[in-house]
Parts: sequence; structure tokens; C-alpha cells
Amino acid sequence: MGATDIGPPDYHMMLPDIVKKNYGKWKYHEIVRPGVLKHVSETNDELYTIRVGSPRLVSIDFIRDICDIADKYCDGHLRFTSRYNVEFLTDRKENVDRIIEDVNKLGLPVGGVGTCISNIVHTQGWIHCHSAATDASGLVKSIMDELYDHFVSIKLPAYIRIAVACCINMCGAVHCSDLAVVGIHTKPPKIDHEKVVAQCEIPTTIQACPTGAIRRHPDPNIKSVTVREDLCMYCANCFTVCPAMPLADPEGDGVAIYAGGKVSNARKPPMFSRLIVPYLPNNPPRWPEVVNVIKKVVEVYANHARKYERLGEWIERIGWEKFFKLTDIPFTEHHIDDFTHAVETYRTTTQFKW
Amino acid sequence: MPDETPLLDELEKGRWPSYVKEIKRASKKNKAAKDLLGIQELSYRDRITHWKHGGIVGVTGYGGGVIGRYCDVPEKFPHVASFHTVRVNHPAGWFYSTKALRQICDVWEKYGSGMTNFHGSTGDIILLGTTTENLQPCFDALTEIGFDLGGSGSALRTPSACVGPARCEWSNFDTLDLIYNITMEFQDEIHRPRWPYKFKIKASGCPNDCVAAIARADLTIIGTWKDNLRIDQKAVKEYADKGFDIHKLIVDRCPTDALEWDEKSKTLTLKPDDCVRCMHCINKMPKAIRPGLEGGATLMIGGKAPIIKGAYLSWVLIPFMKLEPPYEELKDLLRKIWDWWDENGRTRERLAELVERIGLKTFLKEIGIKPVPQMVYKPRANPYVFFDKK
Repeated sequence: MGATDIGPPDYHMMLPDIVKKNYGKWKYHEIVRPGVLKHVSETNDELYTIRVGSPRLVSIDFIRDICDIADKYCDGHLRFTSRYNVEFLTDRKENVDRIIEDVNKLGLPVGGVGTCISNIVHTQGWIHCHSAATDASGLVKSIMDELYDHFVSIKLPAYIRIAVACCINMCGAVHCSDLAVVGIHTKPPKIDHEKVVAQCEIPTTIQACPTGAIRRHPDPNIKSVTVREDLCMYCANCFTVCPAMPLADPEGDGVAIYAGGKVSNARKPPMFSRLIVPYLPNNPPRWPEVVNVIKKVVEVYANHARKYERLGEWIERIGWEKFFKLTDIPFTEHHIDDFTHAVETYRTTTQFKW
Repeated sequence: MPDETPLLDELEKGRWPSYVKEIKRASKKNKAAKDLLGIQELSYRDRITHWKHGGIVGVTGYGGGVIGRYCDVPEKFPHVASFHTVRVNHPAGWFYSTKALRQICDVWEKYGSGMTNFHGSTGDIILLGTTTENLQPCFDALTEIGFDLGGSGSALRTPSACVGPARCEWSNFDTLDLIYNITMEFQDEIHRPRWPYKFKIKASGCPNDCVAAIARADLTIIGTWKDNLRIDQKAVKEYADKGFDIHKLIVDRCPTDALEWDEKSKTLTLKPDDCVRCMHCINKMPKAIRPGLEGGATLMIGGKAPIIKGAYLSWVLIPFMKLEPPYEELKDLLRKIWDWWDENGRTRERLAELVERIGLKTFLKEIGIKPVPQMVYKPRANPYVFFDKK
């Protein structure tokens, strides 16, 4: 047995010399062209960053490929961004074109900088998760194929952060994204009573339900639970604590789409994303219905928003009533909140648009 | 059937790099990767996951860091019958030497599927899929090359930081140093789950919040400054001379009307008392406007996704803390919060849900923090005050 609790490697060992030398001394930066940043230091040193899109789910050969480029041009160092992009850093301007050329040879796009659409933050989906209501990697691939031009260019009013979560547990900050695609169940759990006895703690299972829909089984001889289906909103918290209550269902599962969230404090404070499409079916391999909604919202936003206005800021300015009209997305009873913070969303003024 | 993947083959087309190509690449050398492709195709056909719930596996001495995973069709795909995930704590800021990355690849070539996520949502390196027998030798090989596991379950999850002063001029404290320091300090809390639920810590160097701390971290650390932002009037003039509309795009967009623009002299003036340090002007005129020099951070608590009582954005707990090594004030605060949460929290109750259930007022009293107006948007509107019953 080896050592334990050694922690991650010290980040100092991972920094290229140019970064070590100018650590904390950066003065300003500019976007040289799509995907390329130039940082200038108080020491007058210049650092170029080439940002590259990655599918995130990658083989070790992919990692070795990008290491080859970093060995060739970047002093044997590279970094990743919080949105899974790969960044090549070099203090030699002449390397920028060479890196881009080598990156493109690998079939990878350079972009994701400035007012554009960067990589989609996402979860595991059917590739590795037991609670997934949809796939993540396939949705991301389908959406990014469609929005590719927005990754490699800088032509939107502000950047659009997109995220995909394969269930409402939402690993990642999906709920504060400009556009979020979330896998949802629409059918109550199917209880396997024999498995409940073997695998589940009944009080914990009952307590797990936020709407009190789970009760002890009325027959005292059956050590299990029942679900009041009219109270179930398919959150799957019960499934997390009791594996004998799966909600996944090929006919019921699908995705919902949310819009208008942000985490940055610039101008308006951070905001949650809000429901725009309550349900679309899972339609692999390319989820065309989902891709079409995303594409439509991006187009309408690009045509109507003011410069530097994030999607959510634009919607707040024009009003949600106008948003639904402009995007032709139907407003339904599902859009009206009836959960914990619902009343905050009801309109308490006579000010609205027709 | 396992050799044909017509649905996934569709995802090899198109301009965005394809993860299916990546799995196919790995599957040339690795049977588990080949079965991963097969089971993914089956999910695409059946429109349902084929991974079973949980399974407790791990490495000696740890209670987490490995996510147990078994498939529900082992007869069809025996090489992913057990396919556990190893979470590896990334270096702060996601900087790597190629030597370190190649070493990780070599370990994973020997002990796993050859498939990875760079990175998972929380920030760890995700080594995707290995057998129960390979977990311990894989872990031992990882520690040999200087890497350790990240957090999972009801533990401190791997803390993460934005790029910070390593390559950003806006960082108001050293995000990388802070996150590395507290990650090392709280190794036990990361590796041995003992709390009501998960706890996340994320640090962003400025209010742009590039690691989305405010949306998902129970303790959110966001850089800010106490003095005034710095304006270089010469650089302001250069922006104006190039036709950049400072009045319309900067002054009019300032959320608190804290900037004044004099078109004649091309001077931008700050009304310091009105500035809320939102970053808009700095973001759009990085050559001319910079954060102040008296840096530190606003500490916030409670950010989380909806499960179970609904989503929360973090709220202000400590408007300003200077963050310098050894960060004792922050560590003491964390220990106090954890003790209180551990004492009062129900199973699977995140900090925000507990504070809402018991009341922010009680939380502040028990943690020993004085209420200040910066904690709220506005005071209460109702008359239902619990006065001390002495």
C-alpha cells in the first residue's frame, strides 16, 4: 500500500517559466483574434494563449496528442479551463500560427474567447451515470456541431454559456447558465418491493421525498413503501437513497430547456435560468428538437439584444412575455412555478407588455 | 451487435470534435473501452441508462474518491461489468506539465479503460472505468507519481480555483495558493466522508466568477477590493479615439451610475461611493481600468443546485476578508460552520437548506458573526420577530 493524503501536486511544479516569472504581475489583456488572447505584464513580457475546444470525454491518446504540441511549442506545459477547453501558452508570437495549425490538424477548433459560445459544461449521461434521464455527450456534440461557427468567431452581443445536465441533480452550474438542457423523468418511481427489503432503509427513503409522497406500505407484512403518484414531481431523490425505486423510463424520460441564467456579477447580479421548454423527448443520436430550440433562441437573441447584454439581461429588459412571443415558444401551465420559492415569481404589478 | 454502432457512428460526423471517435480510439487497445462503446450504443437504442445504482468500492484508508459502477447487462458486455470511476484531485488552476499528464496516461493505460474526462464538473481529473481489482494498484501508482484522489459522497469535494494571478490581471487574491493550501489542510475531510452531505469550496479571483462558485459552492470565495478601481486616463483616451463609445457602452451600463464621462476632455471619472465593483467597465476596457490595490474576498455561503429544496445562489456572509497565508481566519470559520452543520443537519441536507430551516439569524449567532446590512438586499417586511425570551 502506498502513501495516503498526499494531496494534489503543488501547482508551482505545473507552471511554465513565463507564468512563474509574471505571476501576479499581469497588467492587461486583449483578444488578438478568435481563440487567441495576449496578456501583457508589468515586466512588458507578453504571453499568448491559444484556446482549443475539446469533447471532454477523451482517450489517453488525445491527452498525449496535446502534450506533443505543448512539448513542441509551450515549454512542456498546458492548462485546461473551467469549461474543458485546452489552453496552449507561449511567449513566442511566431508560435501562435504553428500551434493553431497543429491543433487544426488534430481536428480541434480554436475559439471560445470573447463574446461567443464556449464549450458546453456537461455531465456523464448514459456513458457512466445510473441516474441519467438523457445522455450528455451526445447532446453536447449535436448542439456544438450546430453552433460551431459561434465557437470560432466573436459576433454575439455577449457570450452565451450553455450547460447540459443529464438529470436534475445537475452536477455543474447548469441552473445559472444562459441556456441549460436538463434531463428529466416524467413518470413516478417503479417500486421493486423485494429489493426495497434488501437494499433500502425505509425511514430514510420516506424522509427523502420533498413533497411527502412516500408512505409506508399499508400491508404490514410488506416491508416496503408506496408512492402517492399525484404528489410525485420525479426529482428522483428517493432513487438516490433507495436503488429499488428507479424512475428511468424510455417513454417518459426527456429533456427540459432553461434560459437566462448567469453567474457573473457584471452589471446585473447572478440569476437563475428559467424554464422555457418543459419537455422534449429523448431522440438520439442527435436530439433535433432540442438543437432547434437552442438554435432558435441564439438567433433571436443575436438579432435583438444590445451590445454586451447577456441573454438573461436582454429577457429581463424586454420581459418574458415578449421573449415567448419572439421565439414562438408556447407558454404553458408548466411554466408557472408551484414549488418552494414560487410566489416570488408571480407578477405583482400592472406593468407588463401585450 | 456489439461490433456495430450505427447510432453512435452518426456522432462521428460534424465539425465539433467527436467523443465517439475518442472511445473508438481507446477501444483499439482496450476491451473495456470497446464494451463502453457497445453499452452506449445500447442506451442510444433503448433510450435508457444501463448503469446500475452505486456499489461500495474504494481504496484502503479512504471513504471516497472512487465511484462504484456496474452495468446491468454484464453478459453482453463483460469488460464493463464493473466500471468504476476514479476521481483524481487536479493541480490548482488546471495547470499541468506534460510530464505529469503523460504519467497519468501511462497509469491509466495499465490499470483502466484509457478513457478520461478532462475534467469533471467539480474539477477533478476523471479516470473513467476500471475493475474492482485494479482500484488499489491504480491508486498506489497514482500516489507514486504525486497524485491523490479527490472528494466524493458526504465529504469536502475537491476545491477548485480560477486561473487567478497565474494568468489574469483581475485576481484580487491568490486563488491558486489559497485553494492548494486548504486542499492540503483538509485532506481528511476530502477523503473520509462524515457529514450530512457534500460540501463544496470554490474560489474566483474577481466578481466575474469564472468557476461559477456563487451557483454551486457551499463556501463561495469571490475576490473584490476595498479601495477604488484604477483608471488610466491616457488609455481611456485611446479607447475613445478608436471610436469606442464610452458613454453608451460603459457609463450607461454601470449598474449604480458610478461613472461620469466628459466628452470634451475625454475623461472618465469614478464616483467611488457609488461603485459596487461589478467588473463591467473593467471587462470592457481592460487596458484603461483595473481593480483597486487593496484586494481580498467576499465570503458567501449556500450555493447549490435544486436537489432537494430548490436551487440557491450563495449569499454574503463576510463582506470582506483579506486572504493571506496561512489563511487561519478562513480555516477557523470553515471548522465552525462544519461543526454546526454536522450537529444540526439532516441526512442529505446542504448548508443552505439547513440555514433556511433554522434561520440565518440563529446561524450567525451560533457561528459568532455580527449581522451587517451587506448580508441582505433589504430588511424584513413582516412583524414576526423572535425577541430573546429572557
